[in-house]
Amino acid sequence: MNSGLIDGLFVFMLAGFVGFEVIRRVSPLLHTPLMSLTNALDAIAVVGAIVLVGEQKSKLALALGVVAVIAATSNAVGGFLITDRMLKMFKTSRPTKP
Amino acid sequence: MNTGFAGSQTAIEFLYLIASALFILSLKWMSAPQTARHGVWAGEIGMVAAIAGTLLHRGIVDYRWIAIALVIGSGIGIPLGLVHMTAVPQRTALSHAFGALCVTLVGTAEFYLRTPSVPHFLMAVLSMEVILGSLTFTGSLMAAGKLQEILPQRPLTYQGQNFVNLSLLAMAIVVAVYLVLHPDTRQLFPAIIAIPLIFGVLMIVPIGGADMPTVISLLNSYAGLSAAAMGFVLDSKLLIIAGALDGSSGFILSVIMSKAMNRSFTNVLFGAFGQVQASEAEGRGEDKTVRSATAEEAAGILAAANRVVIVPGYGMAVAQAQHKVRELYDSLSKRGVEVRFAIHPVAGRMPGHMNVLLAEADIPYDRLIEMDEINGDFPQTDVALVIGANDVTNPSARSDQSSPIYGMPILDVDKARTVMVIKRSMSPGFAGIDNPLYYMDKTLMLFGDAKSFVNRIVHELSGNTHPH
Repeated sequence: MNSGLIDGLFVFMLAGFVGFEVIRRVSPLLHTPLMSLTNALDAIAVVGAIVLVGEQKSKLALALGVVAVIAATSNAVGGFLITDRMLKMFKTSRPTKP
Repeated sequence: MNTGFAGSQTAIEFLYLIASALFILSLKWMSAPQTARHGVWAGEIGMVAAIAGTLLHRGIVDYRWIAIALVIGSGIGIPLGLVHMTAVPQRTALSHAFGALCVTLVGTAEFYLRTPSVPHFLMAVLSMEVILGSLTFTGSLMAAGKLQEILPQRPLTYQGQNFVNLSLLAMAIVVAVYLVLHPDTRQLFPAIIAIPLIFGVLMIVPIGGADMPTVISLLNSYAGLSAAAMGFVLDSKLLIIAGALDGSSGFILSVIMSKAMNRSFTNVLFGAFGQVQASEAEGRGEDKTVRSATAEEAAGILAAANRVVIVPGYGMAVAQAQHKVRELYDSLSKRGVEVRFAIHPVAGRMPGHMNVLLAEADIPYDRLIEMDEINGDFPQTDVALVIGANDVTNPSARSDQSSPIYGMPILDVDKARTVMVIKRSMSPGFAGIDNPLYYMDKTLMLFGDAKSFVNRIVHELSGNTHPH
């Protein structure tokens, strides 16, 4: 087994624990925006798709890659947009500025 | 690695490192409403940095298609980011489907580019990527269809359903294992896409509307895990990190949701939703009497109260009553009545959905109180006003061991001094379970449409100007 895969497993393990600790602290108030935010972050898969499209190693890879870039980009754009829209709506009854 | 290549490669890796750090910060800032918007900005900057880094990639020979795809994707993404807040659950399901689609397509392309020489471990993660990706794709589309009410919302169950579903999944895994051992059998590859695609559809068939919060969270987790698997295939630490974060987020939310529905986690993992609820729907208590009240009476009781807790459920959202509820909140607050909202974890169609709907109606978020926090306050509450919620207020979940929802954590509405329930009729709720709350002496039933009834109460309150 090559060292890249082992490194990957270490990164996965650490990121999993970080994810648990960070997300456990998210208030249930914000669970919906949390899900749309993680969705948008997940669209980082676009980097793999971009390379596929740019390298054009085969017609199939290009075609699949183009659809993949479209799907991921729409997730990133739509996800960040709606998350911000939701968060803007959360206001407190206490005045924030004196 | 040759030296000319090393420069840009280092720059790319460095940008990915920054993006990873920003993604973690982004989720960290989501922990509280005060910092949450910084979280979105951090995520956006991270995303732009990562895409910029990727465009520096030396292997890229042509940018035209990349640009076209990025533009089209943004064009689709903008309207999806502008949907109405009640449509957020189906939008979320749809974006799980898009994420899974991207991962599956990239996995497929990578397979055909790399065969026949694919190392065993790589083929294993590639199979995982494609299997999880394709079942999440169709599963999420089904969930979105049910939420959008294009597909029938009723759960569809049949004998041996779990057996059929699990056999399909097992079949896909067997094919995947064979492919790992013999990566040159390219003709088998379509099977590990097709079978999970069918499995994804069948997995959601038995799911009803009330189970959606759990299902959406679970699909979220699958989408994340498939992206992490893709990270292994492409040897991209950034993708592994983003996938692991998304996967653990979905996992945590699924656990919270399944606890709030009193489902065991294995029950959730194997998709055996909807079963508990199908069991008992006999019409008990036809001869029990209920007390009903008019809007005028309800307004009088509310105006005389010191502490009011409003319990909103999905029925409130269906009736589009949240803005009228805000008027009620304003009107009572002006009279010096303390009004708070009790939020059950599975109220709505996805985790936290009710909070978003109430926040959209301009109700301050510090008035939205979680179940565990507010349950102790019900005995000191003068009036609990239930709007469009049913099973989450059913006291038999605490006391009646024969009840299908026994053990499910509920809002202790029955402990308030007076309970008022706005409901269309006495027909049982989604789960078909009778609610003893309605027959209690202190309960007043307010029959009617949630929106117009709340409107009438607000009207009565404004007509009645003398303070209590």
